[in-house]
Amino acid sequence: MTALLTVKNLKFKRKVRKNWWQKAEKFVIGPINFELNAGETLAIIGDNGSGKSTLANLLAGVVTPSSGQLLLNGQKLRHRNLKQRSLNIRMIFQHSKESLNPALTVGTILDEPLKLNTNLDARERKEKISTTLRQVGLLREHAHFYRHMLSDGQRQRVVLARALILNPQVIVADEPFAALDPSVRSQMVNLLMRLQRELGLSYIFISHNLGIVRHISDRVLVLQNGKVIESGKTDVVFNWPKSDYMKKLLTAHQSLVLSKLLD
Amino acid sequence: MLKSNLYQEEQFPSPLRQTWYEFRKSHLAFIGLCILASITLIVILGPFVTPYSPLTQNTDALLVPPAWDGNGGISHVLGTDGLGRDVLTRVIHGSRVTFGISVFLVLVAMLIGVLIGAFAGMNTGMRSSILNHLLDSMMAIPTLLIAIIIVAILGPGLVNSMWAITLALIPQFIHYTRDFVRTEVNKEYVIAARLDGASPARIFVFSLLPNMVEMLVVQGTLALSIAILDISALGFLNLGVQSPYAELGAMLSEGLDIAYIAPWSIAAPGAAIFIAIISINVVGDGLRSALRNRLKY
Repeated sequence: MTALLTVKNLKFKRKVRKNWWQKAEKFVIGPINFELNAGETLAIIGDNGSGKSTLANLLAGVVTPSSGQLLLNGQKLRHRNLKQRSLNIRMIFQHSKESLNPALTVGTILDEPLKLNTNLDARERKEKISTTLRQVGLLREHAHFYRHMLSDGQRQRVVLARALILNPQVIVADEPFAALDPSVRSQMVNLLMRLQRELGLSYIFISHNLGIVRHISDRVLVLQNGKVIESGKTDVVFNWPKSDYMKKLLTAHQSLVLSKLLD
Repeated sequence: MLKSNLYQEEQFPSPLRQTWYEFRKSHLAFIGLCILASITLIVILGPFVTPYSPLTQNTDALLVPPAWDGNGGISHVLGTDGLGRDVLTRVIHGSRVTFGISVFLVLVAMLIGVLIGAFAGMNTGMRSSILNHLLDSMMAIPTLLIAIIIVAILGPGLVNSMWAITLALIPQFIHYTRDFVRTEVNKEYVIAARLDGASPARIFVFSLLPNMVEMLVVQGTLALSIAILDISALGFLNLGVQSPYAELGAMLSEGLDIAYIAPWSIAAPGAAIFIAIISINVVGDGLRSALRNRLKY
């Protein structure tokens, strides 16, 4: 059986030039290799600046990789072809507020991907929008709302609806819960897991929060300075970490959890 | 099915409507808008109502004072000028020329400026920079100087002064559009639209333009007051509209010779310019604060 998404030798180089006289710094990510099966969740963790977000952008097609390939169901994804990709891989951004257009209604925002990527007529699109809104726990009426009328949690749900509306196979989520408060965060986590069960989605999930990562992911990829330093099943990595970095991270996390328990 | 559905009755105020709610709260701005609306109405309907032609000279009624003066009459409400032309009729026709042309010029400058600015904003590097600074040299020279240069080459006339003012108005629209597009294009909602497979043109029209309306309205009102002042200044210097045609600035310079005998012949066009500029600025100011406050809650 071939995996849903296969990433082979994905590399990304960027030259950061501070000014005209200083030498350019090279910022390299990769080579990155992994496979993602249908219905599976892969979590990516690492420091700030370790290339997590860039990796998410590479997968979603925001930036073009320097070399390497992405295979979806054994079929090669062309980097420039966003239409082909948007039907299968969708992205959720970190800031739900920024990722919704302030001048458009939720309905119009959700309409755009349908207009561009499907052949549905106006009535079918409306129907699809209202079913998707209900799928993420909103009401049909929310289609008339503007961004500033929604709360943070509702915005995140709209962003999720936007990702789901094209029936994708993979959703790339770049720290989707970082800005949410704990109760809304757990609602969102449960919603994501329910949708995964119902629709058979695969997630690539970027997070700082080791608790959530442990809760929802099947496998973990640990990045440091753009290199994969550890990868494997979540249980294995969390119980028997190999790299120093992961060991430190886990000790810090556990001492935090323990001190909370003791209080 | 219930006859009265509560949810269907609920209104969803759009950002535009919300701006209107905020705008209405400021009485000053609202009065300004009323004045501006009545000016627009007078300018559009006035020529159909006035009993005189702005060009007919009447030797029987030279320098008739306004109606409230002892020697004035109700047949010439604002009096007549040195050639016996009715001042009120000329002010209405003159406002038509001054305001009409200003609005037209601002719209043309906005269209061209936004187009170039959008190209500059969506592109990067050298191409963007060249487009951005294409007409910057125009900003260094005052409008009047550009007009004088153009007039020196092509001769005086309304069309030449229109060219000068349009050229002077375009660069600021380019800069504002380009800056706006630059800051917005890296925001996540634009990236999301790009990931949906939207082309740059589509992104600009459907994602960025709805957000830009506010900026355009504010900049448009500012440009409008500049255009009115410039058109009448050029008319005043005899570089724009030529006599005998009515134009507020030209009327001012004509009336200057007889200002001591017939002050109403310069007071009326002067007041028209003054009221128009002040109401446009008040409305622009009110719009700006309304747009700022609208996002507060």
